[in-house]
This record gives sequence, structure tokens and C-alpha cells, in this order.
Amino acid sequence: MKFADSPLLSQTVPAWRARFMLGALMLGFAALITRAVYLQGVNNEYYQEKGASRYARTLPLAATRGRISDRYGDMLAVSTPVRSIWAIPDDTKLQPAQVRELARLLDLEVRDLDRKLATDGDFVFIKRQISPELAGRVMALNLPGIHDQPEFRRYYPSGEVAAHLIGFTGAEDHGQEGMELAFDARLTGEAGSRRVIKDRRGAIIEDVEGARQPREGQDIRLSVDAKLQYQAYAALQDAISANHAKAGTVAVLDAKSGEILALVNAPTYNPNNREKLSGAQLRNRAFTDSFEPGSTLKPFTIALALEQGKVRFDTPIQTAPGHLTIGNATISDAHPHGVLSVAEVIQKSSNVGAAKIAGQLTPHDMWNNFDALGFGAPLKLGFPGEVGGRLRPWKFWKPIEQATMSYGHGISVSLMQLAHAYLVFARDGDLVPPTLVRQDGEPVAGTRVYSPQTAREVRAMLEMAVGPGGTAPKAQVPGYRVAGKTGTAHKLEGGVYAHKYVSSFVGFAPVSDPRLLVAVMIDEPSGGMHYGGDVAAPVFSRIMGAALRSLGVPPDAPEPPVLKMAAGTAPAKPAKPAAPPARAALAPKAMPVAALRVPRRPAREPM
Amino acid sequence: MQATAIKQVLRSTFGVLDPPLMAIALALLAYALVVVISATADFPSRLNQHFANLAVALGAMLVVARVPPQRLMTLALPAYLVGLALLVGVAVAGDVSKGARRWLNLGFMRIQPSEMMKIAVPLMLAWYFHKHEAVLRARDFLVAGLILLLPVALIAKQPDLGTAILVLAAGVFVIFFAGLSYKLIMPVLLAAALGVGALVYYGDHLCADGVAWPGIKEYQKHRVCTLLDPSTDPLGKGFHIIQSTIAVGSGGIMGKGWMKGTQTHLEFIPERHTDFIFAVMAEEFGLAGAILLVLLYLALIARGLMIAAQATMQFSRLLAGSISMIYFTYAFVNLGMVSGILPVVGVPLPFVSYGGTALVTLCIGLGILMSIRKHRRLAPD
Repeated sequence: MKFADSPLLSQTVPAWRARFMLGALMLGFAALITRAVYLQGVNNEYYQEKGASRYARTLPLAATRGRISDRYGDMLAVSTPVRSIWAIPDDTKLQPAQVRELARLLDLEVRDLDRKLATDGDFVFIKRQISPELAGRVMALNLPGIHDQPEFRRYYPSGEVAAHLIGFTGAEDHGQEGMELAFDARLTGEAGSRRVIKDRRGAIIEDVEGARQPREGQDIRLSVDAKLQYQAYAALQDAISANHAKAGTVAVLDAKSGEILALVNAPTYNPNNREKLSGAQLRNRAFTDSFEPGSTLKPFTIALALEQGKVRFDTPIQTAPGHLTIGNATISDAHPHGVLSVAEVIQKSSNVGAAKIAGQLTPHDMWNNFDALGFGAPLKLGFPGEVGGRLRPWKFWKPIEQATMSYGHGISVSLMQLAHAYLVFARDGDLVPPTLVRQDGEPVAGTRVYSPQTAREVRAMLEMAVGPGGTAPKAQVPGYRVAGKTGTAHKLEGGVYAHKYVSSFVGFAPVSDPRLLVAVMIDEPSGGMHYGGDVAAPVFSRIMGAALRSLGVPPDAPEPPVLKMAAGTAPAKPAKPAAPPARAALAPKAMPVAALRVPRRPAREPM
Repeated sequence: MQATAIKQVLRSTFGVLDPPLMAIALALLAYALVVVISATADFPSRLNQHFANLAVALGAMLVVARVPPQRLMTLALPAYLVGLALLVGVAVAGDVSKGARRWLNLGFMRIQPSEMMKIAVPLMLAWYFHKHEAVLRARDFLVAGLILLLPVALIAKQPDLGTAILVLAAGVFVIFFAGLSYKLIMPVLLAAALGVGALVYYGDHLCADGVAWPGIKEYQKHRVCTLLDPSTDPLGKGFHIIQSTIAVGSGGIMGKGWMKGTQTHLEFIPERHTDFIFAVMAEEFGLAGAILLVLLYLALIARGLMIAAQATMQFSRLLAGSISMIYFTYAFVNLGMVSGILPVVGVPLPFVSYGGTALVTLCIGLGILMSIRKHRRLAPD
């Protein structure tokens, strides 16, 4: 049978076809309903979650960074709310007039603004950290695709004065230097969050649930006294320019508590405008730079010898002829002194005397002494790049090294380490840890290094060094008894001592009950003077005087010491003291004035 | 006196309407309006346009409903030939938009000839089979196949797979109702079932880059492959399916409430007022809303098939049956696409999607159904 003749073909509308169609139709709709039931009834939680994840977002709520203030609450670092303007370039279809208006408000070049708006992507900052008021005016323009967001800007009211101490924060509001870094965890706080609904373009439509409020950063109250900080800053700046020095640093400590009251470095920078910063400006030298301290270390050698009973206050030491040969090296004084008492070794800063006294000590004891004073290990105050200085293991010390270390060579310390170690003399022989945070509780119990007797004896020697016949009469403060020690060291450059100096002075006052300790270091003075007594001591005097007066410390000297007597007008040859002063009469005035002799030329070995 | 005159005018205007069909259609359009309002919330002008479209479409329905089937029959051949000529015109000198050549610029207006073929092809085929009703031979089916495949090929070539499928379906329904042997139908159905099965089973291999499918454009292959695994291209072609599936699924049983669909109003759903409007509906009215829609379609199609069954001449039967089934095809393809069981082809949701052309075509179909219903007694047997 031919297909064309099939009777099937001649049928018109068979009933089964209608039913077949109806069946197919029912089947089709049943499939759709099944699918809908699966999507909406069975698996709907999955899809609801998926849907939510597409529009719901959790946004961070920035915590305000804690403030940093000085010990009296004066602000040193504060966060001010600012706003940043950003754009979704794809959404911004601005008329040229609108672009001009925006550029005018934000003080931008129209060309730069056009370039930013022409970038690809969903996000571009137009201008960051502008005042909320200005941001309000920008947003009032109601331009499509232009958004703003809150941010904080750190502001440092004290500017350059406390730059190294406070440090600064980076773009993400985290500390990068100084206290900002050291206390970053406490200052930062914890960001809160806010759950919002966003549309496909990322614009926030509404908040869905209560926001979790951020935990604000804690405020930090430093031990620093902003007024002292400023005085130290001004004195250091003046000294740097007067001596044409390369750099300098000053630390002021509270002798009772170990609190750091001021910390200044030069050169400095403005933390509020850090566009052109050099590494030299950034350095917090008091912590990061170690130097050979020179004579400022002698009192520790003497103290150890006193403590061990090797010498007494008035034990005579023969320093003639002004040099001493150990092995194939020679130690020499700036000028020969003859026989000096132990006290006079400090007063006149005799290298030979110190070396001879050190000869009676074992390397092990000396090392332990330095170690107990905190040398050779960082102070761990949290500053970046804190150094511990160089203190070689005693086992490897050669005799000549032991001798030079007694007067501060072959060993290096940071200024803060040195200042901290001097607390033992200001504090009857114990040592408290230095701190940058204000201490309100009970005074910390110190770690004993020397007996009170030893500390008082060295204190008396240090008072003699500042007095007539000492190396640092310029450190005197009218109305107060002052004690301290100079240091002048050649700088080591490439392992060789160069004709560059580091002049330092560490001292405290009032001697009758030491309250303040000031350490000064001037790097490479080149204005003609380089002795610690000439360069660093006057800085000490100025800062100490201002600090004592501003703190209202009662004067303990009945009348100002007579500076002119000490200024070196007495050309008398150094003579052997007729009678070493008795311990009962240790006042500077009791010391022979004629003992002082001003050096005529730079010494090969430092004082 | 005057009252009677007004009554007469009203009767002559609306008397042609089939009340059950009209009720279902109005319910569907009202439901659609609610969803369109939500979907076009951000574009108030589109809502106004939608009202305008409705007015034009319902006007067209009223006009067509007054045309008796016999008149329609005489229009079949000219309409088909004009449509075919215009399709050729598109192929030769059509405007290219989004990679496809679908529009013809007549100078005063741009038209999409493929749209009119959705009516013209079943009209033509119904007329053809009506003419050869007495002696239907295999040759007639071959001619019918040619009548059908010529425009379908031209439309598929544009390329516009969605419309091609709809036109093809419309024609196939006429041929099927006309009585094509199941011996010819079954192999085709079987081949289709095998093809779909193979695609699902060997999808990974077939969808690999560089595998060309004969006769299928690369973007069409991509659509099918994306359907098989939307996650392979979540930002590109898969985006539509993933977003719409999520919107439908997140609606749940009762939906999120009118104007409260998050996917919709946060603009995650693409084409949410046109092809993907079901996603909006399903998200805001949930499973309940989806079932309501399907029931309305079912009622509409059932009434249409009833009209076809009660029609008194072959032309009317075939045309009404085809139109009813075309509504089903429309709805099934669109709902399947939005809920992720069919590939993305550009088919709007009948009577619901925003868009004038499709609405007018669909309402002309309603008008034809009503005309067939009202004029069945006048038809010469």
C-alpha cells in the first residue's frame, strides 16, 4: 500500500488527537508545577539564602581610634571625622557643568576629575579626607554615582615637637611609628558592623537589623609632660643650630617613677604633613641609634669598684703620666693629672684612672654590672627599631677592651638606655623600668643594682663633676644642686675612630632628693666646640632649670653656684689634692677650685 | 429610544465577546497588571506604556472578533504572502540590532515581520487544510510542511530561535489537528526525546569549546549548555538563569509580598518586566501565585480547545486549536526558561510580559477565538 493512500491520512480531526494534546498540555503544566514546588516549596531555604547573599552585606562600622594625651590630658593625637568622596564611574553620567561644579568644590582640575570618572571599574576615590561640611555640600549636588564615606584623620596638635614620640598612623588608621605603633592594639578598638541591603549596583537601600556598635579605641595617657616636651624641643633645636650639629636627642625622666617626661629628637618632621619625609627625620634616635657613650659610663665602673670594696671614695689613684699602656695599646687622658682621688677621677674624667680601677675588677663582674643596668638589650618600650647596643660576652674581653669599656669605649648604648641606667644614681642604687604611660598607682619597686651608700657616693662625685673643677660647670642650674657626667666620644666610622664627635651629658637634680633626670646627646657638633661639657651640658642646664621651676621643685642650693669660678679662668696646674675631702664634706664648694684645667686641643682619646 | 440605541451599539460592540473567555483573559490581564506595576516600579513611564499597549491590544481583539471566520479565510493567503515577502525583505535589507537581523525599516515605521507570522502561518495552514478537507493526501502534508518551514527557516536565520519555535509550533499544531499520521509524528518525538536525553547525558562533552553543533549558532549552543550547568558561566550567560531561579526559589510558598521582592527591586533580575517577569511574580506571590497563573492559563487554553471542538468547520477547528496550543507553548517555554528547565529563548510570558507587539498578537488570537465562537452557527456546513 502506498503511503499516500493510507487511510490514516484521510482522517480529519480524530478524537484521540484532541485527547493527546490535552494530555501533553497537562503533562507540560504538571512539569512546571513540579519544578515550582521544588524551587519554592522544597528547596526554598537554599534559594532564600542564596538570594540574601546577593543583596545583604555586612559593612564594617569604623571604631574611633583612641586619643593620645600627655600626663595632664593635653591632646597629642586625636582623630577627627572626615569624609571621602568616591564614585562608581559606570554610574556617573555627568554634564560638563556638573563636572566643573564638582571640581570647583573639591578644588580639583577638571581634567583630572574627568580622567578619574573615565576609569573602568566600580570604584574610584575622587578626593579623600575632606571636611564633613564640604562633603555635605558635594552630596547636596545630588550627582548620580557620586558617594561619600566616613573616615577618620589623625591630627597631631603638637606637630614636630613630639613627632618621634607619638609617631603616626598609616592609610588604614593603624600605627606606623612611635606610640601609635607601640599601643596600636589598645588605640584601635574593634570595628562594629551593620547589615544592609544593597542593590545590584552596590547602593545601600536600607539597614536590616540593629547595627553592632564598634568598640571605640582606648585613650592612652602618656607619662609625657607636654610643657617639658616643648622646652626640651626648643633647647635641643637651639643647641643643634648653635653647634651646627647633625642630630641630637634629649630624654627627660622622672627619677621617682621611671616615667619618661619628654623625648625629643632632631631632625624632626611634621606628622600632620608627611609628604616629604627622609629617613633621617623619622629616626627616633633615643631608641634606634646606639653610640659609644664615652665618659658617661665611668661612674658605673667606679660604682662597681666601690660596691666591691676595691676602692673607697678617697682612694688615691695615680694617673700620671697621663697615659697607660696595656698590651700594645695606650690609653691617655686629655691632659695629665697626677694622683687623683676616686671622686676626682669622675670629676676630672680621667681615662687612666677609670682604666686602673677597672683593672681591679673581673670581666665577669663588669659584664654583670652592665647587664644589670640594661645595656646590651633593648628596653622594649614598643618603639620600632629599638636597639640594645653592643655588649660583647665577657669571656672574649681582652684586657685592653676591659680597660676602654670602663670609660665607655668598645661598648655602645642608646641614649634612652643611658638615661635609664643613670636612675640608679638618682635613686639610691635601684633601677625602675622606664615607661611612657603615666603611672598612677604605687611607685614601682626598683631592682637593686648598688647599695644606697654606693649610689650616694657616686652621686656626690657626679655633683663634683658639675661643680667648680669638674668637666661640666655649664650644666649648673641656679638654685639647685645638680649632678651629672659629660661624655665626648669619637665616632666609629667603618671601624676607625673619625674626627667626628658625639657629645653627651646625663645628669639629675636636685641632688638632695633627685626628681628629674635629663640626658642629652648631640651628634657631630661642628661649631667649634665638641666637648660634652661645652655642647651638651648647657642644653641640660636649660632644660633642667625650666623643668624644675615649672614643676615647682623647691630649690636645695642656698644661693646660685658661682659659674664664673668654674668657667676655667684658673690656669693653675693640676695639683695633687692636699687632703682628699672627707666624706662628710662632699658639697661642691668644698672642692678645690684650682683643680680644673681647660683642655687646649682636641684630645685623641675622649674625656 | 436613545437608551435602546446605546444598548444596541453596546451589543454590537461587545456582543461578539465570549463571556467565559473574556472573563479568563481579563483575570489574567489584571493579575499581570499587578505584577507589571511591581516590575516597572522604577520606570513609571513603562507602566503608562503598558496601559496604552493594553488599550491597543484589546481594541484589536474587538475588531478581529467582529470579523467572521469566512472573511478571515480570505485574508489567509494574502497575509501569509505579505509576511513571507517581508521576511525575505528582512533577510535582504533588515536592520541589524544586537547581532540579529529582525527588523525591517519601511521608512515610516520599523516592523518585525516574524511577529505577524505567528498568526499568519496557522491562518494559512488552517485555510489550506480547510480547502483540502475532503481529500487529504500525503502530498497535502508535504505542501503544508513547505508552507510552514519556509517562514520558520527565514526566522531562524535572522537568528530568532524563540519566534521560530513558536511559529513552528503553531504550524505543527495545525498539521497535527489536521490529521498527520502518528507514524510520522512518533519518530520525530522519539528523535527529540533521544536528542534531549543525549544532551543531558553527554552535556560535558558536547558543550566543550570547539565542538560545533550542526545548524546551531554558537550563542544558541551556549544557551543550552548554560542551562545544563549555569554555574559554568555565572557572570555571563548563566547569570539570567541563576538570578531568576534564585528569585523564584526565594519566593517560597506564599511569596515575599507585592512590591517586596528583593531580587526584583534590587535589580538582580534581568529583563524583569519582559521575558523574566515570572521571576517577579514567583518571588512576590510564591508558589501560590505561580499555581494561580498556571490555572488561569489552563482555563484559557481549555476554553480555547472547547471553542475548537465546537467549531463547525475545519478552518475554524484547526485555527482555534492551534491558537489555544500556541498559548500553551508560549507559557510552557517561558515558564520553563525562567524556572530553569528550558534554555533561554526570547519568548515572553503570554498576556503578562510588558511589550506591545506580543500583547497585540495574543489578543488578536483571542479575537479570532471569539469570532469562531460567535459565528459558529452562521458557518455553512
